[in-house]
Amino acid sequence: MEGLCYRYFFSVNSPVIQVENLIKSYGSVEALRGVSFEVQEGEVFGLLGPNGAGKTSAVEILEGLRSADSGRALVCGLSPLEAGHRFKEEIGATLQSTALPEKIRVREALAMFSSFYGRRRNLADLLRRFGLEEKRHTYYGQLSGGQKQRLALALAIVNEPRVLFLDEPTAGLDPQVRREIYDIIEELKQEKKTILLTTHYIEEAERLCDRVAIVDYGRVIALGTPRELKQRSAGTTRIEVRLAREAVDGALAKLEAVSDLFQLEDRYVLHSTHVPATIVALVKQLEIDGNELVSLEIFSPSLEDVFLELTGRKLRD
Amino acid sequence: MRHTLTLTVNRMRLALRTPAFIFFSLAMPLAFLFIFCGLFGHGRPQAIPYLLASVLALTVMGSFWGLSLQLVTYREMGILRRFRLAPIGAGAMLASSILSNYLLTLPTVVLQFLLARWIFHLPTWGNLTSVLVMVTLGTVTFAALGLIVASVTGTAQETQIINNAFWLVFLFLSGATFPLPLFPSWLQGLALLLPATYLVSGFERALASGTSVFHLGAELLSLSVCAALALIIAQKLFRWDPGQKAPRRARLWAAATIVPFILLGAWEIHSGALMASARANFAPLERQAAPQNLPR
Repeated sequence: MEGLCYRYFFSVNSPVIQVENLIKSYGSVEALRGVSFEVQEGEVFGLLGPNGAGKTSAVEILEGLRSADSGRALVCGLSPLEAGHRFKEEIGATLQSTALPEKIRVREALAMFSSFYGRRRNLADLLRRFGLEEKRHTYYGQLSGGQKQRLALALAIVNEPRVLFLDEPTAGLDPQVRREIYDIIEELKQEKKTILLTTHYIEEAERLCDRVAIVDYGRVIALGTPRELKQRSAGTTRIEVRLAREAVDGALAKLEAVSDLFQLEDRYVLHSTHVPATIVALVKQLEIDGNELVSLEIFSPSLEDVFLELTGRKLRD
Repeated sequence: MRHTLTLTVNRMRLALRTPAFIFFSLAMPLAFLFIFCGLFGHGRPQAIPYLLASVLALTVMGSFWGLSLQLVTYREMGILRRFRLAPIGAGAMLASSILSNYLLTLPTVVLQFLLARWIFHLPTWGNLTSVLVMVTLGTVTFAALGLIVASVTGTAQETQIINNAFWLVFLFLSGATFPLPLFPSWLQGLALLLPATYLVSGFERALASGTSVFHLGAELLSLSVCAALALIIAQKLFRWDPGQKAPRRARLWAAATIVPFILLGAWEIHSGALMASARANFAPLERQAAPQNLPR
């Protein structure tokens, strides 16, 4: 009942997650240097950034596992550390490394955790949905990485939470298992769950998230939908060409709509603000110079480029 | 309360699936029974109540290890953090440690009683109410002490080292292995500071002289105070996260628990009541043993 009243009181329009100027240090290490963002009801929000950027610190503050040094964090209008059990009824989470006792069986783990909550899902349904039916009597220690992660996700929604926190849900999993997890998260998205996920995989953020905050060194350096972010990346597309002979000095840089040019091994990399114009100009120029085109590749901007542009580093270095 | 029970059931189940736990909590107590009663009580049923008292005291003290080590392992592996995401409090986690310890100790105690009767011809049941009270209070006390060690230490390995150090003191200074009356008097004084000594004395008096609960004043007082303090401190020190440090003030608190025991010990040294009863219970063994060992 309390949950219902509370939901009524908490209006649909206010953000489900509110983070304002979060600051957190561990000794001399500044993990969060003023992080702010909001997540709306039913939104899948991603924190994208390299390891050590501060994503986990932010999420764990929102989960009530850590305290912030300063700043404000509210989930469903509640303060994670102070609201106690009422808060925990509203959230579900997978930790970066969810650990359970080696000798607990899959079904026992689900039954135990579900018994802690007021709202509960049907366990048989959960087992079926997460493909764990056949493994229900298996010890946790004997599950594969993918099965463990599926169990962690099942445990996270055992209480029909309003908000889900998924900290690096596919880290360390092989690509096929990763796609399985994507499917599960997409299903949760269909259910209009509010999800905050952290990742250092570009494709994960692009595929799953409605909005993404790019985090680096404890700060949000860009925030928007994946499309917005990519457009913001100066709107340039990367064109990589290989030529039969070396280009005439300075000729390529002067082509129409080229904003940047550099040589990478045997290729010329052009950044273009208008691809067709650049290509037409390129072909004409080569004809004049008596040069020939060996290959041409076009890369539309990805979040990786955005990250590279903003930080000067690759995401997965 | 419901959460405590759920946790208790699950933690007992997990403990029973751990070979180390079975060894320390079931096999070892039974080994104590056979070593004590078989070696020292052979053919002397009158000595069995006294010996069984030591065995029961050691069994109950074993809850010092029990589920507290499980808790440290869970913390170290990050399992407690997962629990922390759910609406359960530190209280339920600690209570479940103690309750599981108790429920797992009871059957062992019953089994020891029955074996003592069947194999070693235990002549009397003693005062069973007193025995039950001592088992209950003793398990709570030593399980809670174990939880303090669990919180103060960082890793399972550290816990084991500290536990062993305490365990040796409990084992040899409490009168459970070497009878108190055989100690030099300065060591007797030291022994009277230990809650373990009061546990051994309580069992001896309940079994060997059938003392009722109402006459176990010093024992009940010592163990209750110890249990209450240990519970409060364990709750203050409890940590979910391996990275979290125990607050320094809480550690001071833990050290301050010694004070009531020094007071009680001083009182006992002064009055000599506990030592007198230890001597009285041990006397028949000595008298009996002497003639047998002398060739005639």
